[in-house]
Amino acid sequence: MVDYLWIVIALPLGAALFNHFLGRRVGEPRAAVPAILSVAGAFVYAALAARDFFVSERASEEAVTVVRLFDWIPGLGATAELLWDPMAAVMTLVVTGVGALIHIYAVGYMHGDPRFGRFFTYLNLFIASMLILVLANNFALLFVGWELVGLCSYLLISFWYTRPSAAAAGKKAFVVNRIGDFGFMVALMVIFAAFGTLSYTEVLHEPGEVIGAGAATAVCLLLLVGAAGKSAQLPLYVWLPDAMEGPTPVSALIHAATMVTAGVYMVARTGALFGLSDVAGGAAATVGALTALLAATIAVAQRDIKRVLAYSTISQLGYMFMAVGVAGYTAGLFHLVTHAVFKALLFLGAGSVIHAMAGEQNMDRMGGLRRKMPITHLTMLVATLSIAGIPPLAGFWSKDEILAVLFAKGGYYTVLWGAGLLTALLTAFYMARQYFLVFGGEARWGEGAEPHESPRIMTVPLLVLGVLTVLIGFVNTPFRLSFEHFLAPAFEGVGLLHAPEDGFLLTALALVSTAAGVVGIAIAYLVYHHASEDTRERLLGRVRRPLMTWEHGYWVDEVYGRLIVKPGLALANWSAGFVDQRVIDGLVNGIGGAVRRAGGRLRPLQSGFVRSYGALLALGAVALVAWIAARGL
Amino acid sequence: MIAAAIVTADWYMTLAAVLFLIGMAGLLLRNNALVMFMSVELMLNAVNLTFVAAARAHGDIGGQMAVLFVLVVAAAEVAVGLAIIVSIFRIRRTASVDDLSELSG
Amino acid sequence: MVELIIFVLMGAVALGGAVAVVKARNPVYGAMGLMAALFALAVFYVVHLAHFVAAVQVIVYAGAVITLFLFVIMFVGVDRAERLTEKLAVQRPAALAVLAGVLALAGVLVITGQFDWVITVGEGAEVRGTVEEIGANLISVEEGGVQRASRWLLPFEATSLLLIVAAVGAVSLAFYRPRRKEEPDDETAGADRPGRPS
Repeated sequence: MVDYLWIVIALPLGAALFNHFLGRRVGEPRAAVPAILSVAGAFVYAALAARDFFVSERASEEAVTVVRLFDWIPGLGATAELLWDPMAAVMTLVVTGVGALIHIYAVGYMHGDPRFGRFFTYLNLFIASMLILVLANNFALLFVGWELVGLCSYLLISFWYTRPSAAAAGKKAFVVNRIGDFGFMVALMVIFAAFGTLSYTEVLHEPGEVIGAGAATAVCLLLLVGAAGKSAQLPLYVWLPDAMEGPTPVSALIHAATMVTAGVYMVARTGALFGLSDVAGGAAATVGALTALLAATIAVAQRDIKRVLAYSTISQLGYMFMAVGVAGYTAGLFHLVTHAVFKALLFLGAGSVIHAMAGEQNMDRMGGLRRKMPITHLTMLVATLSIAGIPPLAGFWSKDEILAVLFAKGGYYTVLWGAGLLTALLTAFYMARQYFLVFGGEARWGEGAEPHESPRIMTVPLLVLGVLTVLIGFVNTPFRLSFEHFLAPAFEGVGLLHAPEDGFLLTALALVSTAAGVVGIAIAYLVYHHASEDTRERLLGRVRRPLMTWEHGYWVDEVYGRLIVKPGLALANWSAGFVDQRVIDGLVNGIGGAVRRAGGRLRPLQSGFVRSYGALLALGAVALVAWIAARGL
Repeated sequence: MIAAAIVTADWYMTLAAVLFLIGMAGLLLRNNALVMFMSVELMLNAVNLTFVAAARAHGDIGGQMAVLFVLVVAAAEVAVGLAIIVSIFRIRRTASVDDLSELSG
Repeated sequence: MVELIIFVLMGAVALGGAVAVVKARNPVYGAMGLMAALFALAVFYVVHLAHFVAAVQVIVYAGAVITLFLFVIMFVGVDRAERLTEKLAVQRPAALAVLAGVLALAGVLVITGQFDWVITVGEGAEVRGTVEEIGANLISVEEGGVQRASRWLLPFEATSLLLIVAAVGAVSLAFYRPRRKEEPDDETAGADRPGRPS
């Protein structure tokens, strides 16, 4: 089973190729069939291949399998090898499982789009790329997957490329990711310089014997730059809100559930390196905490239903970075999994709402959809409560574990725990606000809008994800840490930080974070549901300034525009106007002109008279012989 | 060979050189394309004579082989060259190369 | 002794023919001179035991090339006198200078003894250029009982290709009928060609 693991990647890749060449011909609903089947098939195959992990829970030696495909760049230690361990299995199952549901949903969402087949081409290509990323057994292959998912992200964000904003958003995502990739590439170079190979097997096996703490810090900080780019962390998070220009299934799959978690996965994968450097771990946790808090505040004041979720995603990714920064890898990955489920659900629900409202995304013009869209409403409610951290839903368990891990680390990290708690409160608030604005209260949509429940092909994935949101948290409750045991073989030899086992402390922490969630929801209820229109206006008027700041995302885009984009543009203009046109073109034109002038001088020689050519030829021959004779034969 | 002791290869080489020079003079001084062509043939044959003479002197069949190839290439050249001259003549009614100087720089 | 006689006689024929090529006002005489020179060379080839080459020389040159030349000369018109005045002012002095340069160079080289013909007689076995010998050398050679491709095989095939190309080229050149600008409706065949707006 494991020996043929490449099938998992080949299936979606094959479907992508099929749709690339034949998608237009097979027509709208049929193009989706190979796409969905390939991803579902990959899921089934991965589940079967992962079966052994459930059986031999403790046998860490056997649990990690390296599948060798072919020699790729042996000099770099970059053989095309797949690594199959519990962590890779978890990521594969999340990517293919959530991916399959989103594929099904997209059939309904993309109904009527002229480039229906092309959409599934990109989506399948993305799945294949993401699987390369998570299954790679060396940094070079990881990088290949890393770049490919970036490419797919770009293609899908600007899928509706006729909209200038979508094209610009795709470009922005690409450029910002490039900055992160730069750090990542430098990190790979340093790793190769230090270890002489890029293979996980060698680099991540007791790296402390090869490099010191200083080098490890450098490597990890550089890796962190790459992770921050891909996972939308400070200061490179600005592309993710704009990425909402893409179709909503894309937002759900790439910009919530899978691709943006690649950074978290990468930090967890290189846990052995991060274990050598407290500084890098602290940096990761701090960046995560700041991002979480900052994004949560911005989310509070957004009006666009998808932008709220985008900032929420950034915020939740910040949580995961907090967790992996303190070596709480299982907590981070656990949150990654639960977040993938409930955030995908939220996005798909939002997509369902947008679909119903005929493209309207402004929450100010929604409201009262509770009765119009019962299934969407119910599943969104579950997801909202989950992300708000209300037990016993998935989000509660994973978020609580992260906070417990942070608290257990103590010291400086207690501050981060505080930030996390505040974020939890804000999260509950803005998610409840969204819920009340969209589903509660009176209808505020304009004339002509006729909201209706989405077709079954969209609601079924919603229901499946809703059930999963309720259930999946139970895989790793403090009462039974199955997920942690499951992942244990992947972190053999890596110092893991666990949640405290003190029952009283855990209960207290859980109560505090639940309280934060409840308070957040309560405030949102009071402000956005209970209070009358006038009261709400008055209340919000008091905090107009911070709200304004948050609505514009602290004007970060503007600041970046002034500080980075504008000088960059000036530099580009200068190099285009002066360097290129004057220096380079001048050089080229100068050479061309010199040749032309020389040609002008020599033109008379080319008289057109054959006999003068003959004479010159003979003269040349005589001169040649004379020269040879002069040299002495 | 007794005769070879008297008439050495040098004699033939000298004769070939003189023939070559005469051909070259014709090529450079005449402006009738046909005459120039014949001069070229003469030069080719002068070279052929050196080949054959050298083949005997060295006892190497290679010289004669080279002559064969020169003959074949010369035949091809004559076929195409004369066709070109005929074509030009049909358009321009002249065989003088000095009237054909359109390809000047 | 015999060879000396042959050399003197045939050398005189060759030189005379060559001079006729260059000097004859009428190209037909030039062609005859060329034929004489080529025939003389064929005799020299026989003296050099290159029988096959001599035969080819007579057949190809005298038989084919000269005939072709004569055809073209007749076609172009014998009566068309070549312009006697030199059109190119510098051509004649330049050509004479080049020829003088060649002679001077040769003289200097021979007198200073820097140059000998680098020919040593009887170095190898006597070669007889019979048909069998040439044919065998062209295709394959036997070496230690093993037949292997001759080193002339590739050039041989290449010249066959060249001949085909030349033949096709000559034919297409002969068929090519350009429209004359100065005499518009001269040839109906050209005007009727499809796809050519007239």
